[in-house]
Amino acid sequence: MNTNIMIVGVGGQGTLLASRILGNCVLGEGYDVKVSEVHGMSQRGGSVVTYLKYGEKVYSPIIGKGEADVILAFEQLEALRALPYLKKGGKIIVNTQKIDPMPVITGAASYPEGILDTLEENADLTAVDAMDLASRAGNIKAVNVVLIGILAKTSEIPYEKWVETIRSTVPEKFLDVNLKAFDLGYSI
Amino acid sequence: MKKLMLGNAAIAQGAYEAGVRLVSSYPGTPSTEITENIVKYDEIFVEWAPNEKVAAEVAIGASIAGGRAMSCCKHVGLNVMADPVFTVSYIGSNGGLVFCVADDPGMHSSQNEQDSRHYAKAAKILMLEPSDSSECKEFTKIAYELSEKYDTPAFIRLSTRVSHSQSLVEIGTRANDEIKDYKKDIPKHVMMPAMAVKRHVLVEERTQKLIEYAENCPLNTIEDNGSKIGVITAGISYMYAKEALGDSVNYLKLGMVYPLPEKLIKDFAAKCDKVFVIEELDPFIEEHCNNIGVKVCGKKNFTLLGEYTPEMIAKVVLNKDGAERYELQSDIPARPPVLCPGCPHRATFYVLKKLGLTVSGDIGCYTLGAAAPLQSVDTTICMGASVSAAHGMAKIRGEEFNKKLVSVIGDSTFMHSGITGLVDIVYNKGANTVIILDNSITGMTGHQDNPTTGKTIRGEATKQTNLISLCKAVGVERVVVCDPFDVKAFEAVVKEETAADEPSVIIAQRPCALLKSVKYEGKCKIDQDKCKKCKKCMSIGCPAISVHDGTVSIDPSQCNGCGLCISICPFDAIVKE
Repeated sequence: MNTNIMIVGVGGQGTLLASRILGNCVLGEGYDVKVSEVHGMSQRGGSVVTYLKYGEKVYSPIIGKGEADVILAFEQLEALRALPYLKKGGKIIVNTQKIDPMPVITGAASYPEGILDTLEENADLTAVDAMDLASRAGNIKAVNVVLIGILAKTSEIPYEKWVETIRSTVPEKFLDVNLKAFDLGYSI
Repeated sequence: MKKLMLGNAAIAQGAYEAGVRLVSSYPGTPSTEITENIVKYDEIFVEWAPNEKVAAEVAIGASIAGGRAMSCCKHVGLNVMADPVFTVSYIGSNGGLVFCVADDPGMHSSQNEQDSRHYAKAAKILMLEPSDSSECKEFTKIAYELSEKYDTPAFIRLSTRVSHSQSLVEIGTRANDEIKDYKKDIPKHVMMPAMAVKRHVLVEERTQKLIEYAENCPLNTIEDNGSKIGVITAGISYMYAKEALGDSVNYLKLGMVYPLPEKLIKDFAAKCDKVFVIEELDPFIEEHCNNIGVKVCGKKNFTLLGEYTPEMIAKVVLNKDGAERYELQSDIPARPPVLCPGCPHRATFYVLKKLGLTVSGDIGCYTLGAAAPLQSVDTTICMGASVSAAHGMAKIRGEEFNKKLVSVIGDSTFMHSGITGLVDIVYNKGANTVIILDNSITGMTGHQDNPTTGKTIRGEATKQTNLISLCKAVGVERVVVCDPFDVKAFEAVVKEETAADEPSVIIAQRPCALLKSVKYEGKCKIDQDKCKKCKKCMSIGCPAISVHDGTVSIDPSQCNGCGLCISICPFDAIVKE
């Protein structure tokens, strides 16, 4: 059986780096891996979805509804949007940040209430103010690595392997902040 | 050594290993990263050309001169490239010649959903279609061998999910990259009627030889699982089918989608009670099956629209439902893409909307000027059309209409094909106003340099096209440069230029907010004591500004401090922190 992880968020939140770290990390464990990314127009502040699948043999790079083992959500509404993709009993790790989409800003729609309750009822939920942790690590942009840290804690891959992957994936000058952010997530 | 690579990066690796000497392209999602990854290889001359037609011609010249060459584009880029491509089919290749074209089913980042395979058939050029990154690399190398063996250019067709998925690739070494001899050969290289008539005969003979190759080639493979159901498929659809149907059906996987084999398909189908053709977009393989008398289930069961999924395939072929899932209780707000916080285009569209102008739009980030709440853009067709279509509009609706009409076009798009429209306006006595949104970069595709940035794809300094001199040289006498963030001055300039009875160009100059060199001091903040809640700041559609329980606030994690909201607030209620 493959492990299916979805990373969802808002364009510009750094979901691509999260998928690169994850991809490189599981690759080092000898799995077949596929990662499907979003580039181009949809990246500009829109909903972004990255699929990451690993196991003995992976064919389709995309994850179907009801098939994700884990959803790593960078924003509440995006977590809710992705909920139909979660496997029964699957895990959601969500950053509690809310970002109003344009239809909410213009008043054409309202931001749904009680998202965390809905997630709690339908998933094994970990909700975290990852932005607060990222700012404690030294940069609010490190939300992605905080969330990777939380995910890492639940995985079978050893701590050292994650750290080694971050070292080889993240640019040198952001390394300290990102290692701190990873540890803050990992120790939740 | 195996590496996790994007399909596009794997194409670049394949080009490197095949000994490619030159790559010339114009960026276009989802094809852009092929050319960007070529930069890693010092042995290859690589460039961004001003448009796809130029890029293809550069590659054709390189091939004629004896080097292996490549040009890459998105599906709509192939329309621009089509003119030389159809004729180089007659010329063939000296050094191997490959055109990579990336389709975008589902239109993640495109204005239409055209299926490039029709071009292969129409131009009589072979087309390979890989399913994952490993095949991207291998098929690229095979494409060069076929190109030289059969004296033909070759297409590689990609789609978003192949181009933008990472999977494992075995890294190899570079082959011999010595260039072939160049010999003057007028009958082969000069396509005038007498020569072309003879070359066409050879093209038809070549297609017959390639059909023979297709019958036995290692790219077209059969997986016989002893089933009575057969699936004929190619590209990413093969991966979806494999995921959905596993070993419960037989597969004919077509790695070469043009020309298609006849006997291979007939023999495969003869062993099955029922054959499905699974292909995204148009019924290209299906129609071939119909033509050779093989009965298949295709688009009657599958859609012509968008991307396929394994779930959709399992439902049609096995009548199997997808996994149990949570169903969303009600419609939740969509999150469409928006102009970024700090985007210079936001100021431009704010002014154009305020003045009630008709806006002939173009292809780039600024197409998002059509989205709420700005909704400033009236039309978007293709690269360059903002300029030429506005000329047509003005000629139909007259002088008064033209005084309330502008074209908006990015710096890169203007160089791509806006300049020709401007020549037309000047030549044919138009009086349009064209606004060049000069943000110092090709934005939408992820920051590529272009002739106006003064840097090559490798970041080396080069001669910079001067937009002012260029516009003046084609005969536009009114050329004004203005910063759209100086809202009042910009508004005055737009009023003045649209009122003029001659062609004019406004260069709206401010760099893209995502460029590393762009740094604004501090974040914007609402002074709640001064805020009258008029919500004028909301009208610019900045994603950082929102209203909760009647209170307007600015999200510091999103604000980049550009200060546009400060300049439009009538009560000075927005300040820098």
